[in-house]
Amino acid sequence: MDAKAKLTPLDRPNSYVGRTLSRLGARRAVAGRGTYTDDITLPRMLHAAFVRSPHAHARIVALDTGAAARAPGVVMVMTGAELAKRVTGPWVGTLTCFPGMKSAPQYPMAVDRACWQGEPVVLIVAQTRALAEDAAELVEIEWQALPAVTDKETALDSATPVLHPDLGDNLAFRKVIDTGDVDAAFQAADIVVEDVFRFGRHTAVSLEPRAVLADYNKPTGRLTIYTSSQVPHMIQTVFARTLGIPEHNVRIVAPDVGGSFGMKIHTYGDEIAATAASMMLGRPVKFIADRLESFVSDIHARENLVSARMAVSNAGEIQALEIDVLSGAGAYSQYPRTSVFEANQILNITGGPYKHKHYRAKATVVYLNKVPTSQYRAVGHPIGNSVGESLVDRAAEAAGLDPVEIRRRNVMPDDCYPTTTAGGIRVKDLSHQRCLELLVERMDYPALRREQAELRQQGIHRGIGVAAFIKGTAPGPHGYYGVGGAPIASQDACTIKLDPGGGIVCAVGVTEQGQGVDTVMGQIAATALGVPIEQVRVISGDTDATPYGGGTYASRATAIGGEVVYQAARDLRAEILSIAGVLLQAPAEALDIVDGHVVDAGTATRRISLSEIARIGHFQLGELPNSVQPVLSLTRRFRLLDDLYIFTNGISGAYVEVDPDTGFIRLLRHWVVEDCGRIVNPQLADEQVRGGCVQGIGGGLYEHCIYDGAGQLINGTMADYLTPMAAEMPDIDVAHVQTFSSVSELGAKGVGESGTASAPAVVMNAVNDALRPFGARVTEQPMTPEVLLKALGKV
Amino acid sequence: MSLEETASIALTVNGERVECTVPVRQHLVDFLRTALDLTGCHIGCEHGICGACSVRVDGAVVRGCLMLAVQADGAEVVTIEGLTDSGEIADLQEMFVERNALQCGYCTPGMLITAAELLKAGGPASRDDIREFLSGNFCRCTGYHAIVDAVEATLKRRLAR
Amino acid sequence: MAACVFIAGKTAPGQQAPPLKAPRFQYVRPESLDAVLQLLAEHGEDARVLAGGQSLMPVLNMRLSHPRLLIDINRIGALKGIALRDGMVRIGALARHAEVMNSPIVAQHLPLVAEAMPHVAHVAVRNRGTFGGSIALADPAAELPACILALGAGIVVASVRGRRTIAADDFFIGLYETARAPDELLAEVLIPPQKPDFVSVFMELARRRGDFAIAGLACYARVAGDVVNDARLAYFGSEARPVLGTRTMAAVNGKAWSAASHDTVGAALGRDLDPIDNTFGTPATKLHLQKVLTRRVLDQAVQRARAP
Repeated sequence: MDAKAKLTPLDRPNSYVGRTLSRLGARRAVAGRGTYTDDITLPRMLHAAFVRSPHAHARIVALDTGAAARAPGVVMVMTGAELAKRVTGPWVGTLTCFPGMKSAPQYPMAVDRACWQGEPVVLIVAQTRALAEDAAELVEIEWQALPAVTDKETALDSATPVLHPDLGDNLAFRKVIDTGDVDAAFQAADIVVEDVFRFGRHTAVSLEPRAVLADYNKPTGRLTIYTSSQVPHMIQTVFARTLGIPEHNVRIVAPDVGGSFGMKIHTYGDEIAATAASMMLGRPVKFIADRLESFVSDIHARENLVSARMAVSNAGEIQALEIDVLSGAGAYSQYPRTSVFEANQILNITGGPYKHKHYRAKATVVYLNKVPTSQYRAVGHPIGNSVGESLVDRAAEAAGLDPVEIRRRNVMPDDCYPTTTAGGIRVKDLSHQRCLELLVERMDYPALRREQAELRQQGIHRGIGVAAFIKGTAPGPHGYYGVGGAPIASQDACTIKLDPGGGIVCAVGVTEQGQGVDTVMGQIAATALGVPIEQVRVISGDTDATPYGGGTYASRATAIGGEVVYQAARDLRAEILSIAGVLLQAPAEALDIVDGHVVDAGTATRRISLSEIARIGHFQLGELPNSVQPVLSLTRRFRLLDDLYIFTNGISGAYVEVDPDTGFIRLLRHWVVEDCGRIVNPQLADEQVRGGCVQGIGGGLYEHCIYDGAGQLINGTMADYLTPMAAEMPDIDVAHVQTFSSVSELGAKGVGESGTASAPAVVMNAVNDALRPFGARVTEQPMTPEVLLKALGKV
Repeated sequence: MSLEETASIALTVNGERVECTVPVRQHLVDFLRTALDLTGCHIGCEHGICGACSVRVDGAVVRGCLMLAVQADGAEVVTIEGLTDSGEIADLQEMFVERNALQCGYCTPGMLITAAELLKAGGPASRDDIREFLSGNFCRCTGYHAIVDAVEATLKRRLAR
Repeated sequence: MAACVFIAGKTAPGQQAPPLKAPRFQYVRPESLDAVLQLLAEHGEDARVLAGGQSLMPVLNMRLSHPRLLIDINRIGALKGIALRDGMVRIGALARHAEVMNSPIVAQHLPLVAEAMPHVAHVAVRNRGTFGGSIALADPAAELPACILALGAGIVVASVRGRRTIAADDFFIGLYETARAPDELLAEVLIPPQKPDFVSVFMELARRRGDFAIAGLACYARVAGDVVNDARLAYFGSEARPVLGTRTMAAVNGKAWSAASHDTVGAALGRDLDPIDNTFGTPATKLHLQKVLTRRVLDQAVQRARAP
């Protein structure tokens, strides 16, 4: 469904919406003038370090912090038991929207038992981080090792110890979706393809690690926390509740954030500990997670084993899909967003682009003595897409169809919306068909196939992959968080005002991490109001200065934040025109705002500037009749009404070369065609997709948190946990279809996670395409050389 | 026991003479950030892999986390702040902004200082050459494509001059 | 690239407080070689030598080593420089990787080293890391130890007891273990220049540019037509130290190299190597990759002999 018939300011010739503008944030970052949390120093600031459990599962038999407390420069040492007394209660990471899920109560630091290698146990606060580390070495802990549960495949066996005895078993959550008649469909199917897929555990590896600078002012009882978080308001609420301090006395400031990717929407016990220390000492305490501890304390994600099968007719029509998902969570369900979300999302979106009516999906999430898991960029989509799209390719092969052709026959038609997927997801405003054809064109797919065939004759093995996807963005209140009972806002807010000098100040509840949220909000505000963008200042990331919102997660900032900015700006514009109408003795409908001036709508003649209206409205009220009281400042909120998410769609392409002797893969080129509705800043949208692709490729080829049988993470360094670097990554071609969302006036959807959602799927399809002549196939990620060599039967 | 074993160093940082007493175990980037408030160089891993800490010492890009501050005694250190003030890579910085070759900005100073060395070498470089030169600088946000675009465009402009 | 904490692809297990700030140590920066040797004689294993720091600093930052004394040798002029002297290429311990990479002497006389250098870590590491440091550390996945092994270099070590030259064949003993005594300082490496009828080939397989090699081979051989002789095949990345594949060399020497040789050579290599198991691959995978590299390297050697 395209743009509304009625013209809006968005359609102006000089509208900023749809224009590429550079970012102010970029200007300061290239000069080294960014301010990240660790760049901030406060008077009498102290530094925190942690003793962390070296064991995956162990009881604390004895704990002696005496030597540490006496070490040079140490100001405080606090154990988990001591910290437990200073919080209002343990966290329990369950949500009512996941009926039946259970989780054990979790204190911010281990009290009498550590449940994962890396769990914080003792906090040391000292004059410098180095001195705190020195003292940490002096803490003596007598551990009694307990059996560790590390294998999700046996976690529910009766012989396996129960991690949390009070829970009865290691099951976190179970769910089943059953639509249509799957059994009958498979019985009757011409073709059935099936496979078992394995996905390794990942972690975000944001370049700036987690960071907190907590400053409790004892005389006033005010707590200020500078923190590298995507969700300052949620942190405000959770920290206030956990530490027993009124929310209005807590200020959270997110300065520049050096990468976040969903990892920084969560709450962490070590951050609570550092904050509690500040409250006890009445001094600022800084905690910066170093890289080694990041690997064992940042949330993990993606550990899944999925068996799946697909029923297809001889003509290549997908009839049924069945998946069984086994998800390996960590030792606790992460508070407050849970550790079951990813598995639930896999059930929701697998096979989502297609028309089949029969779908059964089971998820089992189990606790393991590993780092807790939770939402991380594209949550579940990389897994579901890899499974679904790999089976589609297998089905294509079995039916003798080209992978593009089978998708042509099966994607939902562009004119079928609104509709519901077999998974029960309502979708609308999608464009699978248009995206598919555009991808084929941009890849020059037939030329690639010809090249592949020629090179195969020369013993060079290239593969071409395509992978379609749907992506849930911008959640509404009905599905999860609101219903679930967690203090996570799915609404968002904008307070917009005309300041005395004629500038527009726009404070928003969504947040900036470098993707360009501030810039996009500014573009929308400037367009809706009719002012030059230089006249707009966007404020975000400070709970003292912004209306309560949800922050940035699930690709919601433009879709939800942008919409509320649009509405707020439009309503401010209306008030300005109403005042202008009074001053000019003209009907407000005959006026417009262009370039910061009120003009005659018909002739565009300038009548009065916004700065003049601002001056009068603030300082010269005598020029207005008594009945007119300018406010020139308003707050609006917006949320989805009936929809769970704003779903988007897209399709990716990949061209790779495989060395069948070594199993090494070269990525030659990558394409994405996606539909995120109305695009506000084309360059920023493209760059989100590109960055997302590479992050997804990381998961597909390189990244893996490898645990041994004792629950030890054995590759937790930057040299051993491999993230994508420049030399191995391809150029990435991005194109868009714009089907405006019908749930908002702006019509924008989310784009931040789309690249990640499909990248591993399309690369796996390309690799399997390259391996086809050898009769080999991979269904495991990361696709290391060893995985390929095993598939090829060479080792 | 004293808090720290220290040593006195004298060096030039961004063209300014600096005299300081530093803990001998303190690495260069911690020194620059905490003693001199040069927060433009960042800490990403402290084991020499990510490149966020890259600074220029005696004319060459190095990992600031793999050098002790005491080792910089007598050296000429240039950080992103100094590089910005001197204007040496103003065109590269402008191109980074124009091409959005950064998002969160945390890798950016290190990326720029490394790319500056490629630019100084003066020769032409293909996209693959650029990727290889930057292969030791981790970026999680951009996926590298726009960074390569920006360096390539800057190189082309310089060679055309 | 080398950093000795990454032993066999595993991090140090079970650390109670995975730290990232160096522990306390004393620091000294002698101005003369004699002063360095005195200190080494006095402190032995309580001291660590700080050259480029590219491998030692991660170890210190991660507190995997707690030396009492750090001896910074970066000012010792006698350890610097690259020269052709008495018919040998002499590379001082303090020659930075970047110097070696840009050296016309190395380019002309040690093409094997020149070919290996772009694989050594990254620009910033090469600007500080030293030739001597890489050899002295002997990281199993490092390129340079394998190169000097293939080229039959001599490693000159100095102590208060004098100087001695250790043949590369005798230098690399075990995992991070060399024939250098704790009180000895690696002073320079003497490498015979490549002989006219010899070719060299360097290849490695790494997941990413500059990474640890999962498998690698430095080859130096006399090739006439397609007959290979006096081959020295130094394998790295898959074992605890660089290893000369002596049985493989015997299988190759004196014969024409062709596709028919592949299986014999593969079998011999299986007896030469005992690859380590780590997160980058099982022993079987590593052996397979080394076999593939052997084939490719020797193919390339024959090619290079044909068209120099």
